Amino acid sequence: MSHIESSKNAALTRRKFLGSAMATTAGLTIAPGVLLFRAAQAKPAAQAVTSKVRWGLLIDNTKCSTGCDDCVTACKTVHKLEGHNRPETDVQWIRKLTVTDKQTGHVMSLPMMCQHCGNPPCVDVCPTGASFKRADGIVLVDRHICIGCRYCMMACPYKARSFEHEVVHDQSVSAPRGKGTVESCTLCVYRVDHGKIPACVEACNEAKHGAMLFGDLNDPESEISKRLTKYGGKEIRADLGLNTGVRYQGI
Amino acid sequence: MSVGLYKKKLSLLLAGLILTLPLSLFAEGILPTVPKAKAKATAEYGCVNPVADMRRNHMKYLLHHRDQTMHKGIRTKKYSLAKCIACHVTPDKNGKYPKFGDNDFFCSSCHNYAAVTIDCFQCHNDNPKSAYSSLNLNRQSLPEGHEKFTSNDTLPSGDAK
Repeated sequence: MSHIESSKNAALTRRKFLGSAMATTAGLTIAPGVLLFRAAQAKPAAQAVTSKVRWGLLIDNTKCSTGCDDCVTACKTVHKLEGHNRPETDVQWIRKLTVTDKQTGHVMSLPMMCQHCGNPPCVDVCPTGASFKRADGIVLVDRHICIGCRYCMMACPYKARSFEHEVVHDQSVSAPRGKGTVESCTLCVYRVDHGKIPACVEACNEAKHGAMLFGDLNDPESEISKRLTKYGGKEIRADLGLNTGVRYQGI
Repeated sequence: MSVGLYKKKLSLLLAGLILTLPLSLFAEGILPTVPKAKAKATAEYGCVNPVADMRRNHMKYLLHHRDQTMHKGIRTKKYSLAKCIACHVTPDKNGKYPKFGDNDFFCSSCHNYAAVTIDCFQCHNDNPKSAYSSLNLNRQSLPEGHEKFTSNDTLPSGDAK
């Protein structure tokens, strides 16, 4: 494996050391699939993603307050999403919704983004194969292939996708984007591949809201799975049977 | 004028032209001047592969790596477009980076000459410094080598295979 080869280098970096250490400990299993201990660790760069992992988000709506948009700001900052003062068409990867129960008058606010469906309708309708689901459950647009037809935008029940109408300059290395293609929340795929959590989750945690949790839905020992098992989590529009990767509590 | 003399004159003229042609091409700057990279990616080749191979096949490597990264999440640094730019796009004396399309921008120096249009930079940032700048805003530690844009960040190291 590449990181083990690189450990021959005199300048052994911290990440590579952890990578090799992790590879060693991966052998210390009691039974297949049961690790003695586990750590949130980036996969080796040369390794392809697998369906052993399914990334997901759990949003605790009882902790998400109306008027707070820390997650939205973090997303816009990290991906350098710039608007043109046209709210109808400006790109948005995550937005805050305010929902009022007409019966009781109860108002709640929740973040809405790509729900990273298990059966994504955007992938079903894409005529070119640009819309696709990665093995680890992250739904993406391959903008090298996207022709900008926007069929996926119509198919998405969550209004999660945006179309870039203008020439884009000064993109982030983590989010190359340009005119004439569709884009949406990538679950911060660049950061996740490097062993980091999504920017919105990080911002929510740092602001001590703790309303968002990121983790592996396939791993029964992960914090997100434990909380989902214990308290349950709702899908929005569960009637559509999309098996979303983003779950909500308290809605 | 006899035919023989005419032929001799013509051949002299042609020989003169052929001799001076390469010189005049360089003198007038018609052949592309390719900017030097920031550092050597590998000691033996300079670039990640032998230069002749990179000149002929860079597009194939980039296209293959593009699909590997996009669809499989393989993020090795060798053949990564961002890493190419980080090493090959260098600032001038005033610290100003050339833009895609300028003759002193690495890719366009040759692509302008060959009249081959590429659309990589409609989406990808042509400026290595600003491409990494938004990553600096994160307060928690970032992937190794991404904390800030440094010259050492640009070299494909261990995962070059």
